[in-house]
Amino acid sequence: MIRVLIPSGALGLGYDRAALAAGIAMRPDVIAIDGGSTDSGPHYLGTGTSKYSRNSTKAEWRELMAARAQAGVPLVIGTAGTCGADDAVDWLVDITREIAAETGENLKIAVLKSGQDAAALKSALGAGRVTPLAPSEPLDPALLDECTNIVALAGAEQITAALDTGADIVIAGRTTDTAIIAALPLKHGCHAGGAWHGAKIGECGALATTHPNSGTILIDFDETGFTMQPMGQGVRATPHTVSAHMLYENSDPIRLFEPGGYLDVSNAVYTAPDARSVRVEGSQWVPAPYTVKLEGARRTGFQTVSIALVRDPRYVQNIRAWCDDIQTKCTAKAQSRVSGEFSIELRIIGLDATLGALDTTAQSGTEVGVMGIITAQTQALSMEVAKMLNPYLLHHPLTEEEEMPTFAFPFSPPEMQRGAIHEFCLNHILRLDDPMDAFRLDVIEVAP
Amino acid sequence: MSTVGETALKVRSKNAGPFWLTVDIFCGSAGAFDKISAGLDSGIVAQALNVRPDQLKRFDLSDLNVVKFSAPRPAIQGTRADRDMHGASFAVLIASLTI
Repeated sequence: MIRVLIPSGALGLGYDRAALAAGIAMRPDVIAIDGGSTDSGPHYLGTGTSKYSRNSTKAEWRELMAARAQAGVPLVIGTAGTCGADDAVDWLVDITREIAAETGENLKIAVLKSGQDAAALKSALGAGRVTPLAPSEPLDPALLDECTNIVALAGAEQITAALDTGADIVIAGRTTDTAIIAALPLKHGCHAGGAWHGAKIGECGALATTHPNSGTILIDFDETGFTMQPMGQGVRATPHTVSAHMLYENSDPIRLFEPGGYLDVSNAVYTAPDARSVRVEGSQWVPAPYTVKLEGARRTGFQTVSIALVRDPRYVQNIRAWCDDIQTKCTAKAQSRVSGEFSIELRIIGLDATLGALDTTAQSGTEVGVMGIITAQTQALSMEVAKMLNPYLLHHPLTEEEEMPTFAFPFSPPEMQRGAIHEFCLNHILRLDDPMDAFRLDVIEVAP
Repeated sequence: MSTVGETALKVRSKNAGPFWLTVDIFCGSAGAFDKISAGLDSGIVAQALNVRPDQLKRFDLSDLNVVKFSAPRPAIQGTRADRDMHGASFAVLIASLTI
């Protein structure tokens, strides 16, 4: 039996300290926590940076390192620094070194990097080893050169290799959310379907319980399945909360693809051994050729944003026409005064800014916000066009025959520079002969 | 006639990775599940999300009283055309459909 303690759904999200202490008292074999995902958008992979504050990350990581020292078992983090790019891994390694220096700990740290080289991927593409996932098209090799960061999602094999170094702490770049939890149970011969299914249930911490914000859960993996129990006081897992979690952020609630195969839960049976735990058996692991998913982000331009607030009832009522007129006139003016490509988009907050044309029944209230988004190939050009937009947002009349109106601006200056913008551009898998082929493992010894 | 939102306990939408969107309709009871499962046409859902009907995946999960739809995101997450980074607001489009 292998016991995995999961402090929370992600480092930086916070957790219940008493629940973590209760988990440590249960003598886990490993502590595993996720460090990120794509869910916060392409900026983080595009720039190789973390979404969470350095101070919050350090404060929580320090507590988890102390819990690890107390338990005397490895602490594993996957997708370090939100995106799992090599720079984000280095960022967390630096934080770990700082903490170790402050606490006077001797540590062996295994560092697994998932960053990919565009040239190597082009060769793999040429050899037919890179294939698209739905709904994407076959990869255009030129796209690889445009990516500022490319990562491959490691699976259980690479985490196992890191654990096999005997490290106290494993800091991994991009991994699947489940791999950090499934690795140790799989290494020890636990039921493969149970290992991956339990890992999926556990990857969001207590999300699969009655109290999603309580964080810490414990999963026991064995030869026939897994048993999950929450560590927070008064928190319960039920067959419903656990089985429903396969729906979460999964396009397919039955099959979950991982490096080297997929999990099939169609025959899973969920039972309640007591009032707060859930036992799951019958999940199946179906082996397949060894592939890892690729993620990449590229820079697509620079943006500046301006927001004006419109409260005049007549303007609110005619806000679409007002925005359309501004967009046409300002675009024409800017085209005559700057060189370089740009776009002006006006989104009406309070009408359909969230869903756009899909929102066929949108209605506005007493006021609307008009968010001008100016995109261009340089920050300077997007700022230049945003400054041309400003007089329109400030004074543009609905008709020529009326006194000049003035609208509300919350800030001076009204223009907010967003910097570079990025987009995800890879949705492909890479076939590997050896799971370590696309990954690099180093061991660092830290002494005070 | 009633809407999906009036009949179900909760309708939730979320990204399933940057390229996919998934909508979970928690019906809350076998009766509501039967009503939504039988009365909600996949073509109407595809139209509401502006995706081709053949791109829409549908799962009618009677054990959970859940009807789930997954589709390629109307705009890839975080691109210039995307308006909702986590895909959370698309649920209201499905909740407002009549069954």
